[in-house]
Amino acid sequence: MNNTQDTNQKRRQFLLKGAAVTAAAVAPGVMLHTAVVAKPLGEAVTDAVRWGMLIDAAKCADGCDSCVQACNDENGLDLLQKPQGQAEDLWDQQIPKWIRNVKVKDNLSGHVTNLPMMCQHCEEPPCVDVCPTTASFRRADGIVMVDRHLCIGCRYCMMACPYKARSFVHDVVEHKLTRAPRGKGCVESCNFCVHRLDDGQTTTACQDACAKEGHDAITFGDLNDPHSEVSQALKEQSSTQIRADLKLNTGVRYRGV
Amino acid sequence: MMKKIYFREWGLESRSYWMLLVVLAAIAAIGGLAALYMEHNGHWVTGMNNQIVWGTPHVFAIFLIVAASGALNVASIGSVFNKTIYKPLAPLSALLAIALLLGGLLVLVLDLGRPDRLIVAMTTYNFKSIFAWNIILYNGFFVIVGFYLWTVMDRKMKCYYKPAGVTAFVWRLVLTTGTGSIFGFLVARQGFDAAIMAPWFIVMSFGFGLAIYMLVLMDAFKRDQRPLGDAIMRKLKGLLAVFVAANLMFMVTFHLTNLYGTENHAFEVFIMLNGGIYTALFWIGQVLIGGLLPLAILFHPTLSISRGWLTAAAVMVVVGGWLTIYVIVIGGQAFPMAMFPGKTIIESGFYDGVDGMAASYIPSIPEVLLGLGGVAVALVVTVIGIRMLKILPISLADEVADPHASA
Repeated sequence: MNNTQDTNQKRRQFLLKGAAVTAAAVAPGVMLHTAVVAKPLGEAVTDAVRWGMLIDAAKCADGCDSCVQACNDENGLDLLQKPQGQAEDLWDQQIPKWIRNVKVKDNLSGHVTNLPMMCQHCEEPPCVDVCPTTASFRRADGIVMVDRHLCIGCRYCMMACPYKARSFVHDVVEHKLTRAPRGKGCVESCNFCVHRLDDGQTTTACQDACAKEGHDAITFGDLNDPHSEVSQALKEQSSTQIRADLKLNTGVRYRGV
Repeated sequence: MMKKIYFREWGLESRSYWMLLVVLAAIAAIGGLAALYMEHNGHWVTGMNNQIVWGTPHVFAIFLIVAASGALNVASIGSVFNKTIYKPLAPLSALLAIALLLGGLLVLVLDLGRPDRLIVAMTTYNFKSIFAWNIILYNGFFVIVGFYLWTVMDRKMKCYYKPAGVTAFVWRLVLTTGTGSIFGFLVARQGFDAAIMAPWFIVMSFGFGLAIYMLVLMDAFKRDQRPLGDAIMRKLKGLLAVFVAANLMFMVTFHLTNLYGTENHAFEVFIMLNGGIYTALFWIGQVLIGGLLPLAILFHPTLSISRGWLTAAAVMVVVGGWLTIYVIVIGGQAFPMAMFPGKTIIESGFYDGVDGMAASYIPSIPEVLLGLGGVAVALVVTVIGIRMLKILPISLADEVADPHASA
């Protein structure tokens, strides 16, 4: 009789423990799942917004590279280290750069202009056209980026981009940021700090850095919203697209170039 | 009445056959190790960078792929255009086409940043991309040419011979159009953006493929001491001369078209005058070795009869062809993109062609080894193919190949 009670007791305890373990294992999944669904992050972006940028080259200061530094910092590009044994100058040609300073001189007048160059977030992006696997894609809100799960590293997009905006990850990536994942053998480029935008923020790192320096050469915002700062600025004065002849309808516009 | 032509497996002495195979397999294995090394470390160990994104492996891959479709031409002349003398040449032509494409594709795939994701390329297509179309065209080529080879070699399949031959011929034209279009569609780069790229690549394929075909044919027959008459070689020689001349014509047309438009003058000056290594390779490699010298040999009344000189001419077409692809692919990338027309870039944080300076690229040893590995794979497949299958005719002596040759 005692034996039977003991056995029953043990069975009850086992079942209770089992239930507790199961609950402990399943609950966070259920909770997390609910939490993710509840966040706007789970919602697809729409074309109600088109992110875009105006760069006023007249305000871009000679010798200033705060936008470049900010981009490198924001997107973890400064975490990439030169592989052992590689020459400095060769590595500099291989390391990814999402934004760079360019200084151009007019052939006739000799007028010199400074400007930052990055992905121009075309409405008709040649990189998206040529990508064999749809890894290179344009979001509904105008951001052109690379799906790092689909990129096979063929580099055809780098051949096709008229702005040389794309970089290839030439080395094993030891350190990276959660917001900017990357891996060896894939292509990447400026994505307008998409992690910020998806998080509800409305500025890019380069824009913030430029404003902090007091230059205010970069204005960023929703091109579809006629009241946004960028739309207003574009409406006020004329601007140009780089390689406008290609009719790509770029999301990045320039003034003073 | 033509004599019946018999085919037989390559009868090379066993020791020589295995020695040949071991040497080729060793080169292929070294290529594989080079690919593994680049894949393990990342592309920083190569000469490639963010300016020159397609390097020496692409030159090998494109050369082999273009040559593959051209190698099939010999068969097509027989099966599609009914030239009887070419019919015994068809099995080797189809086999070489498959082998060269395999070698080229291997190099191309092993140079990807993520070759492990090949399955993605096979399952996720962007049909606006000519690359995606090429994946289908290349795979289709294996199936169609493989089937065509079957119809050539199996009497029971005779009824499918003609349709298979025509399909293979059309497919190969589309395939090379696709390869040429990879560059033709690159609107942003002055070295590439031209519709003539597609037909030019087809013409190049005729020459490269035939030159390789002739070299393999002569070597395989010599090693196995099978008679190879002058009648057939005269035909192939004449054909090669026409193809080399046509290639030169397309090259001249491409550059003349560029020279007419002022916007492309800087590119033409780069290739023809001050492009350093690319200028040298253009004149010495593309024009001289790949064009004028073989043409001079092939049209020479006495030299062109000599097998030695004929071999030299074919080798020149191959070497010059490889250099042509090098000038087109790497030279086209080295020339800075015209991002700011009417302006000169005087400083840049990303090598945007400061003061018109070309992007730098020095091929690394692993890249070259990978490319040579691809060539070796193509030859291994060919050697095994002719050894195991009845690919080569027992004789191509004049009285067998073309009884009216002397007439």
